[in-house]
Amino acid sequence: MTTTAPKSGPNIGAIVIIAMAVAINLVIAKLMATWSYSWFPPQASTAAPFVDDLFALETGIGSFIFFGCTGVMGWVLLFNRADKYDESDGAPIEGNTKLEIIWTIIPLVTVFVIATYTMNVNMKLQNLGPKHKYVIGTDPTALVESDPIADVGPIDVIARQWSWEFIYPNGVRSSELHLPVDQRVNFRLTSEDVLHSFFVPAFRLKQDIIPGSVISYSLTPTKEGRFRLRDAMFSGAYFSQNQTDVIVESDQAYSDWLKTTAKRPLQPGLDPGRALYDRRIASGDKGWATVPPAPAPMVNDPGDPSIPHDA
Amino acid sequence: MTTTNYDPRVLKAPHPVPGAPDNWKRFFSFNTDAKVIGIQYIATSLFFLLVGGLLAMIVRGELITPPADLVDPSVYNGLYTMHGTVMLFLFLFPILNGFNNLLIPTMIGAPDMAFPKLNAAAFWLVPVFATVLMGSFFAPGGPASSGWWSYPPMSLQNPLGHFINGEFLWILAVALSGISSIMGAVNFVTTIIRMRAPGMGFFKMPVFVWTAWAAQTIQLVGLPALTGGAVMLLFDLSFGTSFFRPEGGGDPVLFQHFFWFYSHPAVYVLVLPVFGIFSELFPVYARKPLFGYRFVAIASFGITFLSLIVWAHHMFYTGTPNWMRHIFMFTTMLIAVPTGVKVFAWLGTLWRGNLRLNTPMLFCLGGLFNFIFAGITGVMLATVPIDIHVGNTAFVVAHFHYVIFNTIGFGVFAGIYHWFPKFTGRMYYEGLGKVHFALTFIGATLNWLPIHWAGLLGMPRRVASYDPEFAIWNVLGSIGAFMLGVASIPFILNMVSSWARGPKAPPNPWRAIGLEWLLPSPPPAENFEDDIPTVISEPYGYGLGHPLVDDEKFYIRRSQEA
Ligand code: HEM
Ligand SMILES: [Cu+2]
Ligand SMILES: [Cu+2]
Repeated sequence: MTTTAPKSGPNIGAIVIIAMAVAINLVIAKLMATWSYSWFPPQASTAAPFVDDLFALETGIGSFIFFGCTGVMGWVLLFNRADKYDESDGAPIEGNTKLEIIWTIIPLVTVFVIATYTMNVNMKLQNLGPKHKYVIGTDPTALVESDPIADVGPIDVIARQWSWEFIYPNGVRSSELHLPVDQRVNFRLTSEDVLHSFFVPAFRLKQDIIPGSVISYSLTPTKEGRFRLRDAMFSGAYFSQNQTDVIVESDQAYSDWLKTTAKRPLQPGLDPGRALYDRRIASGDKGWATVPPAPAPMVNDPGDPSIPHDA
Repeated sequence: MTTTNYDPRVLKAPHPVPGAPDNWKRFFSFNTDAKVIGIQYIATSLFFLLVGGLLAMIVRGELITPPADLVDPSVYNGLYTMHGTVMLFLFLFPILNGFNNLLIPTMIGAPDMAFPKLNAAAFWLVPVFATVLMGSFFAPGGPASSGWWSYPPMSLQNPLGHFINGEFLWILAVALSGISSIMGAVNFVTTIIRMRAPGMGFFKMPVFVWTAWAAQTIQLVGLPALTGGAVMLLFDLSFGTSFFRPEGGGDPVLFQHFFWFYSHPAVYVLVLPVFGIFSELFPVYARKPLFGYRFVAIASFGITFLSLIVWAHHMFYTGTPNWMRHIFMFTTMLIAVPTGVKVFAWLGTLWRGNLRLNTPMLFCLGGLFNFIFAGITGVMLATVPIDIHVGNTAFVVAHFHYVIFNTIGFGVFAGIYHWFPKFTGRMYYEGLGKVHFALTFIGATLNWLPIHWAGLLGMPRRVASYDPEFAIWNVLGSIGAFMLGVASIPFILNMVSSWARGPKAPPNPWRAIGLEWLLPSPPPAENFEDDIPTVISEPYGYGLGHPLVDDEKFYIRRSQEA
C-alpha cells in the first residue's frame, strides 16, 4: 500500500496546529479525570480510593481518545464538506503501512499499561476469599475458613427473596448491617434461594451470593455513616426492594450496639417486599406469577428504614 | 476481454423462481430468492423493533418516577425481559441476516445463496419462534421474567407449576432462533467461500463480506454452547434434572459459562456487519478509498478470535479467582486493538475526503461517534475493579445500549437508507431521512448518556423502583426514550411512501463502486445470471480511476438499459 500524496518537507503550520490541538486535548482530559471523582458516592472503604483513582485514570485516557477522534470528525465536518454540485473525489489515499503499524502498537501499549496497573490495584483490594460448595441442608458456614487478617467477624450474610439477615459472632441478628470503622471485617455470604449480590456503592464493592456455595469476603470500611446496601443481582419480583442500610460507626458505638442488641428479643426483621406483595394479594393477585416472599427473618434489631441514608 | 453474447432481455425479465409469485405476494411466500428473503427478514425485524420499542416505552415509563407505580413489579420484569429478547432475537439478528441476504450474493456476484431452500427455511423459522415467544404473553403466569440471560435458579422457579409456562416457551423460542441462525450461518459462510465472482480473491472482497464471514463464523462456534446450555436449562425446568439446581448438587454458575461463551461473542455477530456497513459507506460518501483496507479486513477475524475467549468478564464478581479475572480482563482489553484499527481506518478515510452528508452518511457518522464512546466505557468495564463497582448497574445498561442501539442501530439505519434504492428501485425522501436522523441522535443520546451516572452512583439494573437520588438521570433517560419513539414516525412514513410512490432509482444513485451497483435497481432474480463480471481491482477505488471489473462500461450500460 502506498500513499500518493506528494512528498514535501515538514509543514510547520500543520505541526503547530496539531501540537496545539494535542495540548488542548490534554487539558480537557485532565479536567475530565478530575471531574470524574464527583460522579461517585463518597468513599467509604479502603477499596474506594483505588477504584476512583483507576476510574479517573481511565476517564483521562478515554477522554483524550474520545476528543481526539471526534475532534478529527469535527474538523472533517467543518472543512471537508463537498459543495452541492461538487462531484469530485477526495484525496485517493489507500493506506500507509507505517501509520497503520503505529496505530496498532499505540492501543496495544495503552492496553498493556492499563491492564498491568489494574492487576496491581486488584491485588491490593484482596477482598475475595475462598468459595466453597456445600450440600443444601448442611451447615455451610462450617466449611469456609475465615480471613485470618480480619479484625471482625466472620459475620454471616444471608440473602433471601427478598430480605437481608446478618448474624454476628456473638449470635446477634439484625436486618441492618453494623460495622466498626477502620477494621477489616470478614463475611460469609450465603443465599437460601436464588442468586443475589452484596453491593455497597459507597464501598465500591460487590460480590454475588450463590446458592450452594459459601463465599468468604472481606472489606474495611473507612467512613462513619449510613450507606445503602443494594442487591445487584436480579432476583425476581421484589428485587428492587431488596435493600437495607450499612451503618459504619465507631468501635465504641459498634460494641455498645452489639451488647444492647443481644438483650433485645427476636422479632420480625425488615421485609421490604412484603407491603407490595400484600397489596397485590389484596387486589386479587393481578399481574404475572411470582414466588411469594420468604418470611421475614427473626432478628434482634429490625433496623429503621425511615432514617435517610448518606449514600 | 470483450463480451458480445449477452441478451439484454435476460435482465429485463427477472425470471421468478419456479412456482413463486412475482408480485408483492412473493414476500409472503416460501420464496428462495435471497433478495426476497432479505426483504422479508428486514420487514419482519422492523416490525419487531416497534414491538420491542413499545415494551421499552412502558419500561421507561415505569422508571420516570422512583416508586414502582405504573405496573406491578412482576409485570415490569416480564416486560423488560421480553423487550431484551425481542430486540436481540427478533430485531437485530434477523435484520442483519436480511442485510446478509441482500448484500452477500450481490456483492460477490453470486446468483443466489449456496442453499436457497435452507435459506428460506431459516427465514420462516423467524415467524415461528416469534409466535412462540409472543404466545408466552398468554401463558399461565405470563412470559419469561428472569431477564434475557435467564440465570438459574431464578429462571427455574415455576410458581404455578404448569408444564407450559413463559420460561418454557422462552427457551423453546431461543433454541429455534439458534437453529435458524445456524442454518443461516452455514449458508452465508459456504456462499462466501464458494461462490465469488471470477477474479474476486479474498482481498478483493468488500469489507461487508469479510465482516459477515467473521460474524457467521462466531455463530458456528458459539451457538452450540448456548443451545447446549438451553437444553440443560429446559431439562432442569421441566423434567426435574439438576444441572444448575443447587438443591440437587448442580451449579448455577455453570450456566453462566455456557451462556456467556456464546452471548458475549454474539455482540460481535451483531456489531461486525455494522463495521462492514461503516466500511462500505464512508468511502462512498467521503469519495475516498477505504484507508488500510487489508488491515480492516483482517482485523475482523482478529475480533472473531478474541471474542471467543473473553466470556468470563461477565463473571468478575461471581467468585472467580483473581488469576482468571486477570486473564479475561486482558483478552477483553485486547479486543480494543483490532477495533481501534478499524476506527482509525475510518477516520483516515474521512480525512481530507469530500464529504456528502446525506442520511446514510449522517447515521454512519453518528454511529461512529457513539461507538467511540461505547468502546471507552467498554474498556472501563473490562478492568476488574471498575467492573466490580459498576457491574450489574445502570452503567452497564447504558454502555450496552450505546453499542446495541447507538452504534448497531445507527449502522442498520445507515444501511437501510443506503441500499434502499438498490433493492426497492425507489429513492427515499432525504428530508424525512434527516428529520429521522436528528430525532434519533438527540433521543438516543438523551436516553442513554445520563444513565451512565445513575450507574456510577450505584443504581442497580433491572429495578422497577429506585432511590430518589437517581431520579434526575432517569427522567432525562425517559424523555430521550419517548423521543426515540417519535423518531420512528418519519422513518415509517419515509419507508412506506417511498416504496409505494418514491421517484424511480437509477442503478447507481450514489456513484458507488461495488458489484451490486453494476446491477439494475432492483436487481433481477439471479443477479448477473450468465454474465458474471470478472473482478480486477480491490474495492473502494474512489479517485483511483481504474475499473472494478473487466469491461465495466458494458455492465454499467446494461444496468441502465434494464
Ligand atoms: C428504543 C430505545 C430503547 C430503550 C428506551 C430501551 C430501554 C431498556 C431498558 C430500560 C432496559 C432495562 C435495563 C435493565 O434494567 O437492565 C433495557 C434492557 C435491554 N435492552 Fe433496551 N432499550 C431500547 C432499545 C434497545 C435495543 C435497540 C436493543 C437491542 C437491539 C435493546 C436491548 C436490550 C437488552 C438486551 C436488554 C436487557 C434485558 C435484560 O436484561 O434481560 N434495547 N432496555
Ligand atoms: Cu437478589
Ligand atoms: Cu461480554
